[in-house]
Amino acid sequence: MKRINALLASIVLLVFVGAGAFAAAEPEADDDTISVGMVTDVGGVNDNSFNQSAWEGLQRAESELGIEVSYLESGQGSDYGPNMDTMYDTGKDLIWGVGFLMADAILEAATANPDTNYAIIDFAYADTPDNLVGVVFAAQEPSFLVGYIAGKMTETGTVGFVGGIAGAVIDGFDYGFHAGVQYANPEVTVLRQYADSFTDAAIGKSIATQMYLEGADIIFAAAGLVGDGVIEAAREQDLWAIGVDRDQNYLAPDHVMTSAMKRVDSAIFQISATLQDGVFPGGETFLFNLANEGVGVAPTSDIHVPADLLAEVDDLSQMIIDGEISVPFDEASFGEMGYE
Amino acid sequence: MWLSIAFLIGQTMMYASPIIFTSLGGTMSENSGVVNIGLEGMMVVGAFTAATVGFYSGNPWIGFLAAGVAAGSFGLLHAVACVTFNADHVVSGIAINFLGPGLSYFVSRLVFDGATQTRSLDLANKIPRPLDPLFGSNTFFELVLNRYATAYLALIMVAVVWFLLYRTKIGLRIRSVGQHPEAADTLGIHVRRVRYFAVIGSGVLAGFGGATLSIAIVSQFRPGLISGQGFIALAAMIFGKWKPQGAVLACLLFGFSQALVVFLGLRTQAIPTQIMSMLPYLITLFVLVGFVGKAVAPKALGRAFGEDA
Repeated sequence: MKRINALLASIVLLVFVGAGAFAAAEPEADDDTISVGMVTDVGGVNDNSFNQSAWEGLQRAESELGIEVSYLESGQGSDYGPNMDTMYDTGKDLIWGVGFLMADAILEAATANPDTNYAIIDFAYADTPDNLVGVVFAAQEPSFLVGYIAGKMTETGTVGFVGGIAGAVIDGFDYGFHAGVQYANPEVTVLRQYADSFTDAAIGKSIATQMYLEGADIIFAAAGLVGDGVIEAAREQDLWAIGVDRDQNYLAPDHVMTSAMKRVDSAIFQISATLQDGVFPGGETFLFNLANEGVGVAPTSDIHVPADLLAEVDDLSQMIIDGEISVPFDEASFGEMGYE
Repeated sequence: MWLSIAFLIGQTMMYASPIIFTSLGGTMSENSGVVNIGLEGMMVVGAFTAATVGFYSGNPWIGFLAAGVAAGSFGLLHAVACVTFNADHVVSGIAINFLGPGLSYFVSRLVFDGATQTRSLDLANKIPRPLDPLFGSNTFFELVLNRYATAYLALIMVAVVWFLLYRTKIGLRIRSVGQHPEAADTLGIHVRRVRYFAVIGSGVLAGFGGATLSIAIVSQFRPGLISGQGFIALAAMIFGKWKPQGAVLACLLFGFSQALVVFLGLRTQAIPTQIMSMLPYLITLFVLVGFVGKAVAPKALGRAFGEDA
């Protein structure tokens, strides 16, 4: 029986090793076509949020530019490094890391492999290597706009903000939203709570249920998959949620009022295209904002938001682009700009 | 005040119900002497199957039962490896924890146009909330009692599994093959047959646990939906000293501390969320160390029948 034990154990091992070998044995790209890979963070490629948006950008690059594309999903934080290595081993010309959680893994890979190009969404390095590009979004700008909509649309005078894991990226959503609500109506109370997770839908649902219980009628979630739970609570309570990153109205057409969009797809498309043109801007960090249409309010907002309010939002958007309104992006700037 | 208490009770039930099902599954399997760390993978299979079958059939209960069948067949797989072929229980469990999610994502990609996420169910097609029409919105009783039917079913299952283990012939047999399979064998009990029953049953219950998450708490399956609940259920079962009544208390304690994190999170901005989210694990640890005495596992746990003791 011991022998059968050992036999089974070795079969299991063989299956895993075999699977690994197959993954590594993907054909290398031809010299004339560029191949671009991306590694998702723990949200996975169908997160209804920015990982999915990133993959849509690459798929567009595949169909319009003929670039060869692929992705690897990270089940947990410890997968980032090995996924980076796998991408490198399959001979990618450019490797994207989607999300600030991967900042260290990418910097390490870029330093170790100067012959390949890397890029990261949502992170700006103090000192960027020549084969690495940082992409950041002015998330506070669309958040300000959806905050303005929430401030005008609330009937109870209370709205909520649910954050994922606190940090520079979510701060932009958080303080932008708070400022937008106050700009619309200083009397409105904003509840704020962090889930300390980007994946736990149950805690999102629980947090949102409590906020609705405390009188909120509109909740903005910038929390990846945690937001699924927030939208679920909105459906159950028949109240409103505001989506994030992508136009999330399709998730609950009667309960997602609007979405603060971060066009990760267009950023990935544009920067992958520079590689094909041979002008990859290694060492630089790019900011995508309202002015270059890298962020914005979801097009489906006109289903639930009245046209005159959307017209005001357009005016505000123009004022932000022109610099007449500056939007806070963290606690310090929030205080400096006179919000409280 | 009363509403806050009601909220805490209600959210405790929400968090606890999937892990109650799964820890009952663990109780069955381990009492028969088979370690089942594959509960996590079986939950994933159950969650995916429930969401998929529920979506296409339009009936959540068909989805729920299908989840039991699908995860039960992974229980069968575990039983074949551990009971018939005497494989190491932990190795087989780990294999199931890889195989379950892998197969679920693979089938999902086939069924849902390449997405590892199922399409979300309409509210009307989710597991119903049987007491929904009785209470006004956000009243005490509504917050406590307006739960999905699976939450009530989980509590009923505790009584069922307890009855099965301690008041029926098959229950006595399950426990005896977990304590001393050779002795049970000399009394004419089919050790392997009893273990098959218990392990398949544990898969079915873990599948129900997964289904509770995917078609009651939320309305779709996606990667990351089951993230550690199977292991928490396993811990709850050990915490509850391998008894259904103990396991359910451990699950409720864990659910309560999750609810407490959400409750305090909105009220105290002073404590960092990272510290707050440790609370469920810290509470569990303290209660385990402080109040729960020595837990004794079934004597033949993890040991193959017929091997030298």
